[in-house]
Amino acid sequence: MTQSQAGIEGELLDEQRALKLAELAHVCGVSVEQVHSMVAEGMLQPRGAAPEQWVFRGVEVIRVRRAVRLQRDLELNLPGAALALELIDEIERLRCRVRRLEQHLGAWQDAD
Amino acid sequence: MEYKDYYKILGVARDATQDDIKRAYRKLARKYHPDVSKEPDAEQRFKEVNEANEVLKDPEKRAQYDALGTGWHAGDEFRPPPGYGAGGDGRRWQRAERMSPEEAAQFSDFFSSIFGDLGGMRGGGMGGDGGFGGRAGGFASRGSDQTARVRISLEDAYHGATRQLSLEVPEIDAKGRVSSRTRTLNVRIPAGVTEGQQIRLAGQAGGGVGGGEAGDLYLEVEFAPHPLFRAEGRDLHLRLPIAPWEAALGATVSVPTLGGKVSLKVPAGAQSNQRLRLKGRGLPGKTPGDTYVQLEIVNPPATDASAKAAFEALAERFKSFNPRAKLGV
Repeated sequence: MTQSQAGIEGELLDEQRALKLAELAHVCGVSVEQVHSMVAEGMLQPRGAAPEQWVFRGVEVIRVRRAVRLQRDLELNLPGAALALELIDEIERLRCRVRRLEQHLGAWQDAD
Repeated sequence: MEYKDYYKILGVARDATQDDIKRAYRKLARKYHPDVSKEPDAEQRFKEVNEANEVLKDPEKRAQYDALGTGWHAGDEFRPPPGYGAGGDGRRWQRAERMSPEEAAQFSDFFSSIFGDLGGMRGGGMGGDGGFGGRAGGFASRGSDQTARVRISLEDAYHGATRQLSLEVPEIDAKGRVSSRTRTLNVRIPAGVTEGQQIRLAGQAGGGVGGGEAGDLYLEVEFAPHPLFRAEGRDLHLRLPIAPWEAALGATVSVPTLGGKVSLKVPAGAQSNQRLRLKGRGLPGKTPGDTYVQLEIVNPPATDASAKAAFEALAERFKSFNPRAKLGV
């Protein structure tokens, strides 16, 4: 069966998208306590001092979901998942750099 | 359907110990985990590895699989012998821990033909994303989320676009049986998306049991390589070839941007690799990105006599110029 719908508008999880604690937990399908632990672990950096004022960025949805999957699929504990997230970010930065450098290199040929 | 060689998938011998299997599985799970691996077929491999592990880690399932015999090869056309599969001997395998019905539905037909439809526990009792319980009836649970990649051109990222996607969504009938069906969605990609960003489409991933919400669909944006521009966040980078006299004397040249051609003033005395910024000419956004133009001096070919003479005149005029002065030669 095929169903078609015209032009669904999604929400872009970018820097502009802001979520409160309960909303982040709901969207990611985790408990508020799990979000608390991730903040305590330094995996998420909400703006605002107290949990009631916390505001998370859209990209943090991706981080929470990724952390949950890594913990579940690879049986990692929270610090382990935090480390994996940091390494994944670092690899992404390096890949970007490699692409940049490769573009500078150009082709070469043997000198006579 | 195709026979699956679970031993081959995990890279272990048929007489491997349970410890060997566990070790091989854990190693491959780390290697092909879709959040870790950048291999294009990581997701598919991860599923295969999980399916193989699902069978081989459980001595009872492993024995049943082994009983098919050793004459099979991966990819052989397979028909289950009588007595196998759903309802064959009336036995139902308990669904494995941490496996949602949607995940079970992603296992191959080969798997179902031997072990039955794992999602087929009656009366609900299945949770999305790992939570599950044996409660019968009246139990609502949320469907699993799904992530898909969507590859777009830089032009689409600049202007916004609509993309048609086909995805397999699990569907659970009144008896709790899981099947998948193809669903076509037209999704609006907003202008100004950047590589790696995700778009959340709430409730578009299907699933959901007993009136539970459907899962969310996440689309991860990926840019197709562009012949001219390289994107870094909202900024774009472009190499701009210029002639030696344009570099030396300065010039106003035409530069392509995603928004159309613009004029760029090359300052007199410009050098290769010098970068000029076209502010706000990158991908749109609350703070639009910039386009960085990197100059590259390109010589015209000097093949005929008059072209050679022109360069010779230049050499004569700049006799004392040593481009390698800094190299000490």
